Amino acid sequence: MSSLIVDRVSVRYPGAQGTALSDVSLTVPPESLVVALGPSGCGKTTLLNLIAGFIKPTSGTITLDAEPVTGPGAERGVVFQDDALLPWLNVGDNVAFGLRLRGVRQREREARAREVLQLVDLADHAGHKVWQLSGGMRQRVGLARALAANPQVLLMDEPFGALDAFIREQMQALLLRIWRETGKRVFLITHDIEEAVFLATDLVLMSPGPGRIVERLQLDFGRRHAAGEPVRSIKAEPDFIAVREHVLARVFAHRTNRAEGAIA
Amino acid sequence: MNSAELTLGKHVFITAEAAQPTPPEAGPRSALRISLLTLAGVLLLWWGVCASGLIAPLFLPPPQAIVAKLWLTATRGYMDATLWQHLGASAFRIVTALVAAVLFAVPVGIAIGLSRTARGVLDPLIEFYRPIPPLAYLPLIVIWFGIGELSKVLLIYLAIFAPIAIATATGVRNVDPTRLRAAQSLGASRWQLIRHVIVPSAQPDILTGVRIGLGTGWSTLVAAELVAATRGLGFMVQSAAQFLVTDVVVLGIIVIAVIAFTLELGLRALQRRLVPWQGQSR
Ligand SMILES: Nc1ncnc2c1ncn2[C@@H]1O[C@H](COP(=O)(O)OP(=O)(O)O)[C@@H](O)[C@H]1O
Ligand SMILES: [Mg+2]
Repeated sequence: MSSLIVDRVSVRYPGAQGTALSDVSLTVPPESLVVALGPSGCGKTTLLNLIAGFIKPTSGTITLDAEPVTGPGAERGVVFQDDALLPWLNVGDNVAFGLRLRGVRQREREARAREVLQLVDLADHAGHKVWQLSGGMRQRVGLARALAANPQVLLMDEPFGALDAFIREQMQALLLRIWRETGKRVFLITHDIEEAVFLATDLVLMSPGPGRIVERLQLDFGRRHAAGEPVRSIKAEPDFIAVREHVLARVFAHRTNRAEGAIA
Repeated sequence: MNSAELTLGKHVFITAEAAQPTPPEAGPRSALRISLLTLAGVLLLWWGVCASGLIAPLFLPPPQAIVAKLWLTATRGYMDATLWQHLGASAFRIVTALVAAVLFAVPVGIAIGLSRTARGVLDPLIEFYRPIPPLAYLPLIVIWFGIGELSKVLLIYLAIFAPIAIATATGVRNVDPTRLRAAQSLGASRWQLIRHVIVPSAQPDILTGVRIGLGTGWSTLVAAELVAATRGLGFMVQSAAQFLVTDVVVLGIIVIAVIAFTLELGLRALQRRLVPWQGQSR
C-alpha cells in the first residue's frame, strides 16, 4: 500500500509532564492534501516532526510506502514556518542545495532549480540574495527547495503562519496549483481554520491535553480550486462558511469541555 | 482631498486618497563628523599648549615636531632600523601568530561546539589561561623557548587563540536548529552538515573572534617587544623612552594606535563583505 501511515503513535517528551501526542493514527494517501488543524500546543509540530524523522515516537510506528521512518530523509521534504534558508547562498543555490548534497553536477542542478523556481513563480530570481526577499518570496524559495529534491511527500509546518492575509491567500492558491501539477501528497499543519478548510482533502482536527485527533472530515474545496474555481467564490459560498463554522464550533467545544473539566 | 462612499447593508465604506508623503527631515549630524571635530580639537589644544611654552618639549613635543620625526625615522631610521623596518618586524609577528591561531583555533572551536567530550577537555584549559595577562606568563615562555622570534610569536598566538576558539564554539552552538533540520531532510550527512551549514553559519562569530583576537594580540605584541627585542614598534618606543627621546615615543604610540584602528576598521569592512546578511531583517 503506497501511503504515508502513522499508526497509533504516542509521544512523551522526557522531563515534560503530560503526553504531547496520544494514540494518533493518520494516513496520507497518494494525491491527498491532509491538513492537521488545532490550537497551539495540541501536538501538531510534534506530529510533523515525527513524520519528518526529527524525533522518535515513544510508541507506535510510521511508515512511508511500507518503509519504516527512522530519521530525516530526502523522500520527505519539509517546509518550515521560519523558512530556514541559507543566507550565504543565492536563491538558485538554496533551491539546488539538496541536489548539491547528493553530488548532482552543477549544470543539472541549475536546470532543476530553474524548473522548480518557475513552478513557484520565481523564474527570474535565481541570482537574488535570499535575505533581500520578502516573506512570501522566501517561503516560495523554501517550497522550491523542498520540491527540487523530488520528495515522495511534502511536510509543511504552518508555512504561511508568518505572512499577512493577502499574501497568505496567494500562497494557498499557489500551493494548490503546485499540488495539482506535481501530484505530490502534502501534509500541512495550521491553526488557521479558513486555511485548513480551504486547502484540505482530508481535515484532521486536533485537541490538546493530551494531543489527540478528535474529528476527521473529507472536503473538496481545495480540489475545486485546483480545478479552476476562483478562491473568493469558494470562500464566500454558504457551504464553505457552514463547514468553517462547524469546525470552529468543534474547536471551541473541546476547549470548553476541557475548561469545565478543570473546574469540576 | 477626494473621497468616495460605498454603502453595503448598514455599513458605509469611505475610500480616501492617500495623503501626500512628507519629505524626510534632514538627518542629525553624522557621528563621523563629530569624531573628526573632536580629533581636530585635541590637535589644536596640543599645538596651543606647546606653542604657549607652558610645557617643555621634553615632556610634550609639539605636533609639528612629531611630523618632522616621522619623516626622519621613515627615511633615516631610529636604532639601526627605519620606521618601516620596525613596523615590518611587528607586522610579521602578528601576521604569523594570526595565521597560526586561525588554523588551530577554528577547528578547536568547532570541536568544542560540536562534541561534549572535546568541550569537557578543551574548555577548562582555554578558560584557565585566557584570563591570565600574557605578560604574566611571558617569563615562563622566555625560559622555555628563549628570547627569539618564537617566544614573541607564541605569546601573540596564545592571546589570539582563545577569543577565536571561544567565538567559534559559540557560533557553532548557536546555529539555528531549523537550518540543521532543513539540511537533514534534504539528505545531509553529519559531515555535510558541518561543512555546508554549521561552519558557514558560525562565520560571523568566527570573524568577530578574529577581530577581538587581533585587538588583544596587537596590544600583547607591543608589550612583548618591550621585554626582549631589537626591532619592532614596541622596542622603538621602549628604547626611545630610555634616552628620553620623547618625540619618538609619541610618534611610536601614535603609529601603534593608528595601526590598531586600521586593523579594526579593515576587519569590520571584511565582515560586512563576507557576511552582508548579518543584521539584516530576516
Ligand atoms: N522539545 C519539547 N520538550 C518538551 N515538551 C515539548 C517539546 N516540544 C513540544 N512540547 C510540548 O508538547 C506539546 C505539543 O507541542 P507542539 O507539538 O509544538 O504543539 P503545536 O505545534 O500544536 O503548537 C506542548 O504542550 C508543548 O509544550
Ligand atoms: Mg507548532
